[in-house]
Amino acid sequence: MSPRIVHIAANTFREAVRDRVLYNLIAFALLLSGAAIFVGQISIDIERLVVINLGLTAVSLFGVVIAIFIGIGLVSKEIEKRTLYTVLSRPVRRWEFIVGKFFGLAGTLVVNTFFMAIGVFGALLYVAHKFSKPDALILVALYFIVLEFLIICSLALLFSSFSSPLLSAVFAFSLFVIGSFADDLRGFASLAHGMTRWLATAAAYLVPNFSALNVISAVAHQQPLTSQLILNNTLYALFYTTVALSGAVLIFERRNLK
Amino acid sequence: MMNARKRTTVIAATCLAISMAASVLLLRHIDEIRPKATIEDALYINSPQMVKRASVGFNGLMACIYWTRTVQYFGHRHFDRAHTYNELAPLLEITTTLDPNLIPAYEFGASFLAPKPPGGAGEPARAIHLMEYGIEHNPDNWRLYYDLGFVYYTELKDYRNAAEVFERGSKVPNAHPFMKIMAAQMATHAGDFTTARMLWTATYESSRESNIRQNAVEHLRALRVDEDVTNLQALVTEFGEHTGRLPAGMWELVVAEQLRGTPVDPDGNQYQLSADGQVLVQNPDDFPFITRGTPPGYIPAPPKFHTKS
Repeated sequence: MSPRIVHIAANTFREAVRDRVLYNLIAFALLLSGAAIFVGQISIDIERLVVINLGLTAVSLFGVVIAIFIGIGLVSKEIEKRTLYTVLSRPVRRWEFIVGKFFGLAGTLVVNTFFMAIGVFGALLYVAHKFSKPDALILVALYFIVLEFLIICSLALLFSSFSSPLLSAVFAFSLFVIGSFADDLRGFASLAHGMTRWLATAAAYLVPNFSALNVISAVAHQQPLTSQLILNNTLYALFYTTVALSGAVLIFERRNLK
Repeated sequence: MMNARKRTTVIAATCLAISMAASVLLLRHIDEIRPKATIEDALYINSPQMVKRASVGFNGLMACIYWTRTVQYFGHRHFDRAHTYNELAPLLEITTTLDPNLIPAYEFGASFLAPKPPGGAGEPARAIHLMEYGIEHNPDNWRLYYDLGFVYYTELKDYRNAAEVFERGSKVPNAHPFMKIMAAQMATHAGDFTTARMLWTATYESSRESNIRQNAVEHLRALRVDEDVTNLQALVTEFGEHTGRLPAGMWELVVAEQLRGTPVDPDGNQYQLSADGQVLVQNPDDFPFITRGTPPGYIPAPPKFHTKS
């Protein structure tokens, strides 16, 4: 990786930390510790399930919100503050700027997820008093969540490269919701006929499939995950991220910044 | 002298505290004047599929929330000695659609749905439907077969189906050995106290969940009382046939039948004999599941749980 990309990524990370993005960890810690303590008193026999389900859902949703709301401003904020011109006046290519921004945001989310993961395991230890072997599957679920973040970061950057922050947020969030229903979309396509079927199938493959990356329920029930799924999801996320990032680079390269 | 900044801080802090206290007090007052049913009985979305869609893939967490809601709903209605549990079955259906592997929802759900009110919703058919759905999605969990057989046995007295379900469950890998015994027992001695005792003992021994174990203890205590009362009542009848009258009291029955002292219930209280020859328990409220030994017109109090038999 070129040192210019590393610098841009490091600055993006630093900026996110300065913007107090990691403060969400406090809300996360309160949410999880509250759930761990109180659910046992108001429900029956699901303390462990709640900690895993709530913990991983919160990791996912907090991360998605951060990815979207920081991602949409990564390019537009630089244009608004006119700092982009300072950066691009140096020997930095436009694509390096986009890729650096992507890695910076992805790094922020990975660090955020790391601390949240410690919280999830801490809460699990509190309710279960010990770890069991299948608890290692939580790491796989966290890994899939990080893959999900990579896709969302790249999409936010893609929209940010040609649209206003508000519209970018709407587009990115809509794709997140539609992507969560990707399996249903495919089911709908199989029921349709003719042109509708073709269009629905195309849409189902065009939108990111987040449902394949969501294994929270399976992990909560200690159901095994195959290495094939891990490999395929990894490759899928990498390819999809590359598609969105390439799109962002293509648009940004041609964007008139004057 | 207090400067302007400090004065503003004090006034704002005072306003904040007073307004917060006032809003809490008002909300408490509003809760008191609102009709209770509108707060507790509302199930805004009845369709399990709709709730599943709305959860945007986070079905597991949503199932936990709905299960907690189910427990709270049942708990409130049970505490109020309610005779209707209209939202219980839909809540369980939504919970298990969201997460078909949520085993506690089946195990406890069936015991909420099946018993007659006020102990439960009095809907054994829906309990059976719930358990069959659970078995369909968790075919390797022998406990679900056990719980289903239990509903057939205790609530419907349908021993044939109970035997069939225990038999099915006994074939599941790692099933508890008593499943086979239960299947055989259902076929031959289904209505016996011994069979009932075996079932509740098995429930007690095979569960780690304290609520289930407590419930089993209460049923075992009730079974002993039912059996004692049945046996004593038979002795009273026998006494009547020999002497042509009822015994004057429990002491006369003890002497006539050469019993080893006055019979006592599991709490050590002596059984009593009414003027019309009925054997009665001294404190029926201590045995929430007894079917015999209660005075005429007795209305049971809310169950009290004991930790040991």
